[in-house]
This record gives sequence, structure tokens and C-alpha cells, in this order.
Amino acid sequence: MAEAASPEHVLAFRTGISEALGVPAAVLGAGFIGYGSLAADAGYSVWLTLSATVAIWALPGQLVLLEMQAGEAAVAATVLAVSLSAARFLPMTLTLMPMLRAGSRSRRLWQFLLAAQVVSMTTWAVTMRRFNDMDAGVRWHYFLGFSMVCLGASVVFALIGQLLIGALPPLARFGLALLTPLYFFVTLVGEAQTRSAITALVCGAATALILHAIAPAWSLLGAGFIGGTAAWVLQRQHAQRR
Amino acid sequence: MHNAADLWLLMLACAAATYMWRGLGVLLSGRLNPQSAMFEWISCVAYALVAGLIARIIVAPSGLLSQTALTDRLLACAIAFVAYRVARRNMFVGMVCGLAFFMGAVYVRSAIL
Repeated sequence: MAEAASPEHVLAFRTGISEALGVPAAVLGAGFIGYGSLAADAGYSVWLTLSATVAIWALPGQLVLLEMQAGEAAVAATVLAVSLSAARFLPMTLTLMPMLRAGSRSRRLWQFLLAAQVVSMTTWAVTMRRFNDMDAGVRWHYFLGFSMVCLGASVVFALIGQLLIGALPPLARFGLALLTPLYFFVTLVGEAQTRSAITALVCGAATALILHAIAPAWSLLGAGFIGGTAAWVLQRQHAQRR
Repeated sequence: MHNAADLWLLMLACAAATYMWRGLGVLLSGRLNPQSAMFEWISCVAYALVAGLIARIIVAPSGLLSQTALTDRLLACAIAFVAYRVARRNMFVGMVCGLAFFMGAVYVRSAIL
């Protein structure tokens, strides 16, 4: 195993835990409580909901899976669409891993491969920022503490959502079902600051809605490929003109 | 439609397809430039796909939400976004306002009809 846990490592681990137990856990919780209820609505068992959360660990992909399954899309199309929705993990782990590795030279490849599974948008954004003013030797422990809380909170909230949907009155059930889509809507529109992000947002939404009327099972893949490529081309043309 | 074993297999295939990107990132880190044109394209595709997903869930949902009115869902989005901005990007305020409006609207409709 790697070096024995020193007081600095324990402290970094605890710091990671306490920094995740706040806004990050609450924001993930809101998303996953809605996911749990949508999954229950789609016929998932409690175990399938919890396993999907741990195994996929990417809320957009988990929603794509539910949505395409409801539309009876082909298996290959579903897997491809879920995978594309998670493509952002490649640049994320590309940039995160060198920072994690810098202070953990004694660690093995499998440990980094395992660490990659618990990376999420939230952990990536927070740890990339925090790693800059942190001793490289304790980053690994901070990352573990932070990621464990994020994953744990999401699993607990997904479970609550799954169990609540059957216990709540109809009105609250409608609210719970809208929670996650609403959360993503506000996040996507609220955080679309760059020109390419706004273009991709508009192109993707428009393509999905047009294709939904023609070939619903392909609308999400089409939104990604057609809408995304259109946004990319428009963005490059704009960048060249300047 | 699907039996339980099919659902589990599909979920595991999706998990593997998601992990592929994570694992590639670990293996290729230090060898690929995350600012290259290819990554811009990947990020545009992923972003557009998620935007398409949310647009589809809100405009043409399946399951429970399909029993609600399109106008209510769209207005809930607009209200949540405005509340989020007015409250200086506070997600909690945005969610509470959007959901309160939505449940109120669903209730009023069911009371009238």
C-alpha cells in the first residue's frame, strides 16, 4: 500500500468531507432525489436505481438512459447516447489526474483508474480549484473525502426519491418529477456563459425537438451529433472571423 | 416492455460506456491537449445532447410529467430561472419558486376540471 496515514493526510481527508457536506451535497441531493423518483416512475427497483447511481455516476447519462428506455430506443443507440453525454469526462480526467499524481507517485495505476470512477462534474470543479493552493501530498486524501461524501449523499437522496414517490400525494409527486429537469434547465441556461456553450445549448434543444416529431428514438443522438457539430462549426467560424 | 435482466444489462453497458471516457482520461493524461479542437467538438456534442435531453423532457415528457400541461412546465422553467438570477444565482431559491408555481398550477387545473 501507499504511505501510512499521517496527521496531514487525515486532516486533508476530513477537510474534503466537511467541504463536501454543504452546498455540493445539497445540490447533488436535489438532482438525485428527483432522479430516484423518475427511476421509480420508469419501473426501476430500488437496487437498480442505487446501482445505476454508483456504476454510471453521471446524472445526465442516467437521465438519458431512463428517457430512451421509455421511448423504446434501440439498445445500441441508448448506449451510444449515454456514452456521448459522458464524453466530458475525458477532458475532465485528463486535467485532474496529473494534479492527483503529482503528490502520489507511490500509487499504482489501478488506484487512479478507481479514482476516475468517482469523478463527477461537482468534484472536478471543486477539486481543480482547491488543488492549486494545497500541498500536492495531501490532494489524494482530500479528493477521497470529498468524492465519498458526494457519492454517498447522492445514493441516499436517490433512495429517498425512489421511496417518496410512492408515499407522497399526487401533487407532490408531480413536483418531484419536475425537480431534476428543472434543476438541469436552470444550471444549463444559468451557466451558459461562453458563446460556444450558448450555441450548443440552442442547437441541441432545437435539433432534439425537431427530430422528436420525426424519429423520437434518435432525437437525443441527433441532438448531440447534429446540434453539437453545428454549434462547433458556428463557433469556429466566429473565432476565425475575429 | 423490458424484463428486469434486460434493464440491468442495459444499465451495466451504459456504465461501461461512461467509464470508457474516465479510463481513457487516466491512461492518456499528459499526452493529449485538453484545449484541442477535438475536445471542443466533444464538449459541444455532449452539451448539445444534454440540452436536447432537457428540452425533450420538458416539452414532450414520458411518465408522470406527461399528465401535466406544457404551459405549466414551460412557465415553471421561466420562473425558476428568473428567481435564480434575482436571488444572485441561488439554486435553492430558483428551485423552490419554480416548483411552488408548478404544483400550484397543477392543483388549480385539477380543481377547475
